[in-house]
Amino acid sequence: MRQAGELDESVLELTSQILGANPDFATLWNCRREVLQRLEAQKSPEELAALVKTELGFLESCLRVNPKSYGTWHHRCWLLGRLPEPNWARELELCARFLEVDERNFHCWDYRRFVAAQAAVPPAEELAFTDSLITRNFSNYSSWHYRSCLLPQLHPQPDSGPQGRLPEDVLLKELELVQNAFFTDPNDQSAWFYHRWLLGRADPQDALRCLHVSRDEACLTVSFSRPVLVGPRTETLLLMVDESPLAVEWRTPDGRNWPGHVWLCDLPATSLNDQLPHHTFRVIWTAGDAQKECVLLKGHQEGWCRDSATDEQLFRCELSVEKSTVLQSELESCKELQELEPENKWCLLTIILLMRALDPLLYEKETLQYFQTLKAVDPMRAAYLDDLRSKFLLENSLLKMEYAEVRVLHLGHKDLTVLCHLEQLLLVTHLDLSHNRLRALPPALAALRCLEVLQANDNAIESLDGVTNLPRLQELSLCNNRLQQRMVLQPLASCPRLVLLNLQGNPLCQAVGTSEYLAELLPLVNSILV
Amino acid sequence: MADNLPSEFDVIVIGTGLPESIIAAACSRSGQRVLHVDSRSYYGGNWASFSFSGILSWLKEYQENSDIVNEGPAWQEQILENEEAIALSRKDKTIQHVEVFCYASQDLHEEVEEAGALQKNHASVISENPTEAVHSAYLPSEDESLCIASCEMLTEQTPSSDLETALEISNVKVTGETEKHDDKTCMKSASEEETSKNVPTTEGTALQPKKTRITYSQIIKEGRRFNIDLVSKLLYSRGLLIDLLIKSNVSRYAEFKNITRILAFREGRVEQVPCSRADVFNSKQLTMVEKRMLMKFLTFCMEYEKHPDEYKAYEEITFSEYLKTQKLTPNLQYFVLHSIAMTSETASNTIDGLKATKNFLHCLGRYGNTPFLFPLYGQGELPQCFCRMCAVFGGIYCLRHSVQCLVVDKESRKCKAIIDQFGQRIISKHFLVEDSYFSENTCSHVQYRQISRSVLITDRSVLKTDSDQQISILTVPGEEPGTFAVRVIELCSSTMTCMKGTYLVHLTCTSSKTAREDLEPVVQKLFTPYTETETENEEVEKPRLLWALYFNMRDSSDVSRNSYNDLPSNVYVCSGPDSGLGNDNAVKQAETLFQLICPNEDFCPPPPNPEDIITDGDSLQSEASEASVILEANSETPKESASLGNPEEASQ
Repeated sequence: MRQAGELDESVLELTSQILGANPDFATLWNCRREVLQRLEAQKSPEELAALVKTELGFLESCLRVNPKSYGTWHHRCWLLGRLPEPNWARELELCARFLEVDERNFHCWDYRRFVAAQAAVPPAEELAFTDSLITRNFSNYSSWHYRSCLLPQLHPQPDSGPQGRLPEDVLLKELELVQNAFFTDPNDQSAWFYHRWLLGRADPQDALRCLHVSRDEACLTVSFSRPVLVGPRTETLLLMVDESPLAVEWRTPDGRNWPGHVWLCDLPATSLNDQLPHHTFRVIWTAGDAQKECVLLKGHQEGWCRDSATDEQLFRCELSVEKSTVLQSELESCKELQELEPENKWCLLTIILLMRALDPLLYEKETLQYFQTLKAVDPMRAAYLDDLRSKFLLENSLLKMEYAEVRVLHLGHKDLTVLCHLEQLLLVTHLDLSHNRLRALPPALAALRCLEVLQANDNAIESLDGVTNLPRLQELSLCNNRLQQRMVLQPLASCPRLVLLNLQGNPLCQAVGTSEYLAELLPLVNSILV
Repeated sequence: MADNLPSEFDVIVIGTGLPESIIAAACSRSGQRVLHVDSRSYYGGNWASFSFSGILSWLKEYQENSDIVNEGPAWQEQILENEEAIALSRKDKTIQHVEVFCYASQDLHEEVEEAGALQKNHASVISENPTEAVHSAYLPSEDESLCIASCEMLTEQTPSSDLETALEISNVKVTGETEKHDDKTCMKSASEEETSKNVPTTEGTALQPKKTRITYSQIIKEGRRFNIDLVSKLLYSRGLLIDLLIKSNVSRYAEFKNITRILAFREGRVEQVPCSRADVFNSKQLTMVEKRMLMKFLTFCMEYEKHPDEYKAYEEITFSEYLKTQKLTPNLQYFVLHSIAMTSETASNTIDGLKATKNFLHCLGRYGNTPFLFPLYGQGELPQCFCRMCAVFGGIYCLRHSVQCLVVDKESRKCKAIIDQFGQRIISKHFLVEDSYFSENTCSHVQYRQISRSVLITDRSVLKTDSDQQISILTVPGEEPGTFAVRVIELCSSTMTCMKGTYLVHLTCTSSKTAREDLEPVVQKLFTPYTETETENEEVEKPRLLWALYFNMRDSSDVSRNSYNDLPSNVYVCSGPDSGLGNDNAVKQAETLFQLICPNEDFCPPPPNPEDIITDGDSLQSEASEASVILEANSETPKESASLGNPEEASQ
């Protein structure tokens, strides 16, 4: 019929019989849309009004059959969107009624947000509505989520302030509300998620974290605050050398040119010559309105400029930095709850996050204890927790390194299961990863452009993808790992300055012909221990 | 009409209390021919509800010293040689120690009459002969100078003339009108607007004390708004009665409201008890830690059987001692003990307490945030609903129809007939008799307990909140050892049991003395008598009493059948109301007796629904239309009012 173009009331009648019994039939809704669109052109306004009225009534009856039918709600959106004078009050009433029956029907919540936006319902009224539903049953993701959308609208921050955050008095009131929820039922996730949002901070703006120029490698490296894609055209990332633009080819260290934290380019000899007392390099990230400048002095091998992790408090996880008194009192009430509910994982995790937000180094020991408890009560997520713990420990070590103002990072004996934040290690020259539980040296390791010595003994490493194109790597120690296939050693060939390689205690050492293979693969490495 | 009665039935039920009415309905539903009689002029016996003038007439009846001599034709001569008779009692002796106090001012200048005065019970239920109901209205005898003999007046004016006028005028009215109370729309007549003008709601009280005076004449005038229950009970939302109402579809004859809050009386203050998850979440009085403690304990109680190690060691001690061993503040212990488990320091052991707590929690959330429902227009509606069901299936009803005796066949020791007030002999196979109908000869060995009851009309709630339409239950623990906890149920006007601007308060406890002696201390703690001399600006904290009634009611609930003398095996005894909060006793009793009468028959199965009998083609449509009805009902009925057929289960 559709193909024959027979789009008239009889189609409406036919589809209504099927949809009335089972509204989850997208094709038929599409059919109805086509019919209605056609009839719109043919009918008089009165006839059309009657038609719309019938359609709304029909939609309502379908929603009674299945209040969670995607097609029905979508069709209603579409229909209301086409009406010259939609009756939004009626629609809000409809939503209220359906949410009365099931306060967690997220389809209806979705529709309500659509209606509220169309009808320009004041956020305060909608907030009061969420209040009433939370009062009835606080286990309601949709309602909490809606609050997180409405509150920033109700309390817009001054332009300079962090976007999406709440003024302190509002924040405190919300925290009290959400605390009531998780003290009443600490196993209800919805409240904990809202709590996380309340304490969270706005997404940071794009920033250039670090800029490094190396004379030897004739190379400039940039590290971003988030993974970005720098197009083949250079407009997105501009390089100014001594205040004049220079066209360069940007690439990622691993050569794959996927979105990443670290991008680099080769510099022509003219930009690095020693005739001037210094060269200035300025990089401008046009998409994110960020830039950074560094100077390469005459006679120096390298020059850099970077944001300090300690100043920017990069690692205070997702939690807010501005309200430490608030965080402190949240920590106290969570500890109180934890005493009553020693096995509640949400509470334990929140304590850990709060401690990180407050002072990662001060609470390091305590945090590790909480991790142990948490792993015991939530063994299903043990691996996730190990990774999270690794991340926090790495952040702490990084902070300690920066306080010490060195370029040597010791991560040995930390039970790490994963490596992260490697883009922050752009300037590190010596890295010790020994005695951990690492299973790989991940591709992101290729960001360590200054790395000279890498020790990763006594791990469970099976692959070395990250040991690629490391321009300054001289020594690599991989004793007692799980390297089995010779093939995995292939990336090492891309490190031009590698002179010492220790592979003792790996399965591949047993294999016949390994030494010969290595000699062929790595002709420049003087010393290979197998 | 009595001469028209058929002379043979399968079951004759004497008394229209709740258990009798349920049995009558069940028997009628199972195809038995049922005759259901009550010597009183209203349905329900001691389960009845009265309008204000109705309760005054009822009081008068119990305070008359002389028997209502209603000597019918002598029955003795009808008894044959091979028969003997069990004479039934003429007079109801179940109510004692009636005392009435009126505190509201008596305005002599106002002409007072109860608008449309008519005891609503008369007109509401199907009667074989509709005019019977009208004639049965209360007619106080002319020479009676004062209807309430022991009425003690605390105000200066004497109420007598006023009361008298009121009743006389209402008498005139009564005979002329036949108003149907089930016509609910008519309840919102012009008089309601009038009321709202004259009687501002409690909120206005503090601001304009002058306007708040509710006078006695107003109470008389608005008397029809009252539905005063003789027995004060609530329905557990998962109790046997609710199940029965739903199963039998009798629920369609009644409407219910959720009790809105549970209160506690502690250290001289009334406070709200948080009992549901939402309550705990919203509570302002509990600290965060208390919230957790309470939720944790209640969650444990929900499935305490699964954790025997948590309570096994405490089985021998009382529940209150057990609570002390749990991580609960004294505040929370009090709430759990008195308001949730509704027991006392000494009454129950750990297991009973846990069981009671579990039952309370189990009932929570089915229809709302508390475990209880109250029937609109009063508890007295419930027996009538079952009577209606009985009548629908052919049961025959006679009010004001007393039975003089049961006729017993000497040889078989079985009862074979009754002889009614007109001397008619009516044969039947089974006879159900409510306890109060037996004569002293039959009951000479029976030991009865007593229930102490009080009914108060007050001018505001014991705990004010934003809404003045709260229905509350409050348990006040007994003060001295040996006294019983007093259950207080406060009804607002939207329950259709009292006039706007007033609250109807029921107090109930197991008697240790007279009702007034038992209950007055609690009344004094919670309320203050209404006085004329009150200073205008004084902030009155306690609600003021406008009117108070005390009486004792016989509790025949746990009387063993063997204690009655010489009952033939086919005469079954139904008890009057018990002092408990729920109605489980009545339902259990009804079901047990029904099984004796109709073994192997289903107890009150749902009646066939006419809509179920349909041809195939219609089925789709009718389903759809039914669904729409339910949803519309949800959106239209006020939030608190629950529709039984469609329980909204908490979706956790």
